[in-house]
Amino acid sequence: MTRVYVPRDAAALALGADAVVVALETEAAVRGLDLEIVRNGSRGMIWLEPLVEVETDAGRVAYGPITADDVPGLLDAGLLTGGEHALGHGPTEAIPFFARQTRLTFARCGVTDPLSLEDYEAHGGLKGLRAAIAMAPADVVQAVTDSGLRGRGGAGFPTGIKWRTVLETSADRKYIVCNADEGDSGTFADRMIMEGDPFVLIEGMVISGLAVEATKGFIYVRSEYPHAIEALESAIATASAHGILGPDVLGSGRAFDLEVRVGAGAYVCGEETSLLNSLEGKRGIVRSKPPLPAHEGLFGKPTVINNVISLASVPVILAEGPAAYQEYGVGRSRGTIPIQLAGNVKHGGLFEAAFGMTLGELVDDVCGGTLSGRPVKAVQVGGPLGAYFPRALFDTPFDYEAFAAKDGLIGHAGVTIFDDTADMLSQARFAFEFCAVESCGKCTPCRIGSTRGVETIEKIRQGEDVPAQIELIEDLCETMKYGSLCALGGFTPYPVMSVLNHFRDEVVPAPQETPAR
Amino acid sequence: MTDEHEESETHRRATEIAAGLAHLEGPLLPILHAVQHEFGCVPEDAIRAIAKVLNLGRAEVHGTMTFYPDYRQEPGGARTLKLCRAEACQSMGGDALADEARRILGIDFHETTADGALTLEPVYCLGLCACAPAAMLDHEVHGRVTPETIGRLATGVGA
Repeated sequence: MTRVYVPRDAAALALGADAVVVALETEAAVRGLDLEIVRNGSRGMIWLEPLVEVETDAGRVAYGPITADDVPGLLDAGLLTGGEHALGHGPTEAIPFFARQTRLTFARCGVTDPLSLEDYEAHGGLKGLRAAIAMAPADVVQAVTDSGLRGRGGAGFPTGIKWRTVLETSADRKYIVCNADEGDSGTFADRMIMEGDPFVLIEGMVISGLAVEATKGFIYVRSEYPHAIEALESAIATASAHGILGPDVLGSGRAFDLEVRVGAGAYVCGEETSLLNSLEGKRGIVRSKPPLPAHEGLFGKPTVINNVISLASVPVILAEGPAAYQEYGVGRSRGTIPIQLAGNVKHGGLFEAAFGMTLGELVDDVCGGTLSGRPVKAVQVGGPLGAYFPRALFDTPFDYEAFAAKDGLIGHAGVTIFDDTADMLSQARFAFEFCAVESCGKCTPCRIGSTRGVETIEKIRQGEDVPAQIELIEDLCETMKYGSLCALGGFTPYPVMSVLNHFRDEVVPAPQETPAR
Repeated sequence: MTDEHEESETHRRATEIAAGLAHLEGPLLPILHAVQHEFGCVPEDAIRAIAKVLNLGRAEVHGTMTFYPDYRQEPGGARTLKLCRAEACQSMGGDALADEARRILGIDFHETTADGALTLEPVYCLGLCACAPAAMLDHEVHGRVTPETIGRLATGVGA
């Protein structure tokens, strides 16, 4: 029997993976072939999806992008023995995009059947949890602190410090909340790990629960991710049936339960305090801090709230030790970061690497530039609240501090590429528009400033006293930045100001020569 | 205020749904999701029923419900097409595609085709940013969407 892998990842489905499975099954029946189809996660090479892999004596061999129509020809060419074909790429892990990566958090994603606990354990799963069970809670927190792990959702706050605060706050009940409200355009790492290796997130949350003495966890997933929700529900049921969740986690005598909660389309609920309000069944309005969620979070109880990738990185840290994780990276950015290469991109997808690669290496070497084949004009790093960087800043290394020094942010590490047809003034306008649509309404600079920003950019577009409008925008951005409680109002100035600063010639039309009289 | 609202079939069924989920911690969003799943929207009578079961003010339930774009006060079309309008899709011609979609379907965003087959909604990111532009028909995802894709999906649902 030959094992054939066809991903169940939403990106693969969006490009026709289910039809490929039907074609494979149909042809297998007609030809009397003995094959087992495994629906794995995605390897992250989205331009090759649906990426079909075949297990051969020489390891897994990749073909892609495959359509249902390609299937008969592929079988004729000897797909099941790794035969040569125009769409063949040889051993999957030797494909340069994949071979250049350091896969720690995504080590299993695309390799295993995401819903098989057996597969999970066979590939190193639960090793971190078993190690954590044998340790004192404070030592688990110390290990996470020593690893240098910082919040991968965007803020970059040291995860271990957050956990320590919750551990040291006594209460009758504590919570672990996973922020899976991945709403930033250009990001999909959370979605991919939830669909491609859901057990790793569960394991990370259980470890977190043991570390801070919390007994209940919630995963707040956006409703736009139905496939991730389905995968998590299934994995949680399996984990409960096998004693990984429940009153006695793996015989440790300690309890941890987990529930999936589905969002309802509000971007601002990706902000941690809005998310907590939403979980409590309220409008997703931002809360002021203090109190910190670590002191008074969900239902007023001490709460660890972490991004999916932060939590999913914890098992490998516990399994391999904090020193091994900490060895990767640069400066105060330790470990690896799953970078998402998106937009107008030739070779787009998920690229996990140690911190420190430059933006230029990623855009030019890893991605191979744009899909349109036109020159790269700008890349937006960090989603709708991230700055647009021109080629002149492509020497910026992927590092929290290096991006901050250039008035940008890594955010959730999404990199959206634009070619030279992009209209940068429109992009600045969209930043304000998006803020106006998604503002929770609590802070005036965000709620009203965003709409005034759209109007002012429109005046620039009309050429109406442009220098005065630019001054207004700068002033407005200053007010929004310092007068908003959360990153939505506070960071919308990043994309706007980056357009004003780096693409000034598009904002201010070149002075017209006065015609001779 | 016992009146015709509390005697409606909607009120009865919504009460049943709310009571079934009231044991959850923070039950309101799961209840609203379940009610919308049942009725295709969250009707006024259901808001009254939920408020009563959870011992909340009607205004509080209404306020929460209207904060979230997913919840509808009126039913939409039989199926919903969400077209991504965010940056990664913009970089691949998402704005032009949105104009085409409006033209092909003959409706604007937040509207439903005359035959009630399809509602068009904007969405800000489906996490399909490396195969943009992206769309989702109910829970069925589509990448590298073209005007032809929109036409095919519209025909498929009879819009």
